Amino acid sequence: MQSTRTYKISLVLLLLVTVAVWFLNISLGSVNIPFREVLTSIFSENSNSSWQYIIMEYRIPKALTAVLAGSGLAVSGMLMQTMFRNPLAGPYVLGLSSGASLGVALVLMGASLFGGLAGSIIFSSWGIVIASSLGSLLVLLAVMLASVKLKDTMAILIIGLMFASLSSAVVSVLAYFSPAAQLQQYVFWSYGSVGDLSWNELGVLIIFWLLGTGIALYSIKNLNSLLLGEQYARSLGMNIGKNRALLIISTSFLAGSITAFAGPIAFIGLAVPHLIRQVVPVNDHKILLPAVILGGAILMLICDMVAQLPGSEHTLPINAVTSLVGAPVVIWLLVRKRKFLF
Amino acid sequence: MKPTPANSVLLTESLSIGYRKKQLENVVASGIDIAVAEGELVAVIGINGVGKSTFLRTISGVQSALSGKILLNSEDRNHIPPEKLARMISLVLTEQPLSKNLGVAELVALGRQPYTNWIGSLTAEDRKMVKKALTLVNIEHLQDRKCYELSDGQLQKVLIARALAQNTPVMILDEPTSHLDMYHQAQVLKLLKELSLSTGKAIIFATHEINLALQLCDKIILMKPGEILQDSPQQLIQKGAFENIFPSDLIVFDPATESFRIKT
Repeated sequence: MQSTRTYKISLVLLLLVTVAVWFLNISLGSVNIPFREVLTSIFSENSNSSWQYIIMEYRIPKALTAVLAGSGLAVSGMLMQTMFRNPLAGPYVLGLSSGASLGVALVLMGASLFGGLAGSIIFSSWGIVIASSLGSLLVLLAVMLASVKLKDTMAILIIGLMFASLSSAVVSVLAYFSPAAQLQQYVFWSYGSVGDLSWNELGVLIIFWLLGTGIALYSIKNLNSLLLGEQYARSLGMNIGKNRALLIISTSFLAGSITAFAGPIAFIGLAVPHLIRQVVPVNDHKILLPAVILGGAILMLICDMVAQLPGSEHTLPINAVTSLVGAPVVIWLLVRKRKFLF
Repeated sequence: MKPTPANSVLLTESLSIGYRKKQLENVVASGIDIAVAEGELVAVIGINGVGKSTFLRTISGVQSALSGKILLNSEDRNHIPPEKLARMISLVLTEQPLSKNLGVAELVALGRQPYTNWIGSLTAEDRKMVKKALTLVNIEHLQDRKCYELSDGQLQKVLIARALAQNTPVMILDEPTSHLDMYHQAQVLKLLKELSLSTGKAIIFATHEINLALQLCDKIILMKPGEILQDSPQQLIQKGAFENIFPSDLIVFDPATESFRIKT
């Protein structure tokens, strides 16, 4: 019941940082564009056309993808941590990314083994997205079936992990029999990337992001009840089964769509809720949800800037950068505060 | 107040409790007919495994009854929707995986969830109820603390305050005195007694502290295998009901001191 005013100030600050980092993100890249020119490209018609093309068709979609991916993964991480009452849970505990990896592996590497259908999908530009979504969907359906059967929430956690093991085993077998070229293609996908989305693809991602975040917003009150544990939550009038299904669907929309478009991005979903709790020490999901959205966006934008290696031609895999940047920050915050807040 | 079907807040009619597995029914206890009136403090007593927790879980709605009826304010509990039930029964449970990072006032305020809007905003009325609950349990000085800073006894009081904030006619506590030393056991039970008198709530709790319960409770529900008795402590003592609740090789009930003694 602490005054929500101090939290509102924190939220405004986080928002300002997000906007600042966003502009910084689009002004940095392999081509050096002065900041003033970046602003003119966005806000007026007459400017250097090649710079405007780079900004509008490449950097802005990339920065938006980073915002959506970072915030979406962070929100689903928060949902899973609260639902399982477990600080180690993240968006991928339900086995979604493993499902997606399996789908993509089947398309990329299975083509040579099975030919036919898998081979024809790969030639469409949406092939990877469709394969990844189907893979996630399959795992999601299995987890949902299990959650109807099982009363115990923890059992769902185990089932998610089992699916993850199963899928990665199948991926290993596929990788073993694949030619080097296809294996490399799969490895590149698994590095993750926020840079390859067209405006159309971005539109699809935004729809799923809105659906997932909308469900999270609707669940705020139940998430707060869950802080007391499931038995108390039930005694406060909450329908455990329905709420659990909603949270699983929300996580699937968010993590599933992000993995489909940007690959399996590690770390963000697990770490951002903890980072945010260190910065804004709050339990109320009314404050936590917007804070986590902004925190996820900020971290992802920063990671993307680092991955770009500004001024150079090279790009590091985003999946490695998220951990390289994020892990030391989490460790530093924990050691400094000497208190793990969960 | 003598409970009659008319003034009972909680009434059970030939209630049978237990677990259902496929077609098989595992009956833990049956033929339970109890009535609890407003403002009564009721202890549920019995040896481990006799079904105290199952009984409390069944009346609070965590699990369903095998047969029989549970009436809350003369309404069949099976027909009460969960949101309404949350305004009729509050729970105090031990060993829940609750977030110890919650602040005391924050945790107590969660008791207002059945009354708040879709996003859980507290109104002035809600804040007043939270404050009142903290005052009743006498823990205003703890309100800015975090739960991980509290002792077991303090945490128990905070959980009781949360249930009070839920403002229900019936409060159910599952072994509120476990993990507490004798002083704090007495303190918590004394608190429950005061609350039942000052708020008029019916308070039902399971406990192993028979000696303390005998001194404080208005009524005792004594669960023995195959038999469930309910009466005032004095009546039960006179009937000699306590003499055979435990196997008699180790401890015996001494009617003169109204307490259990180790057999020497």
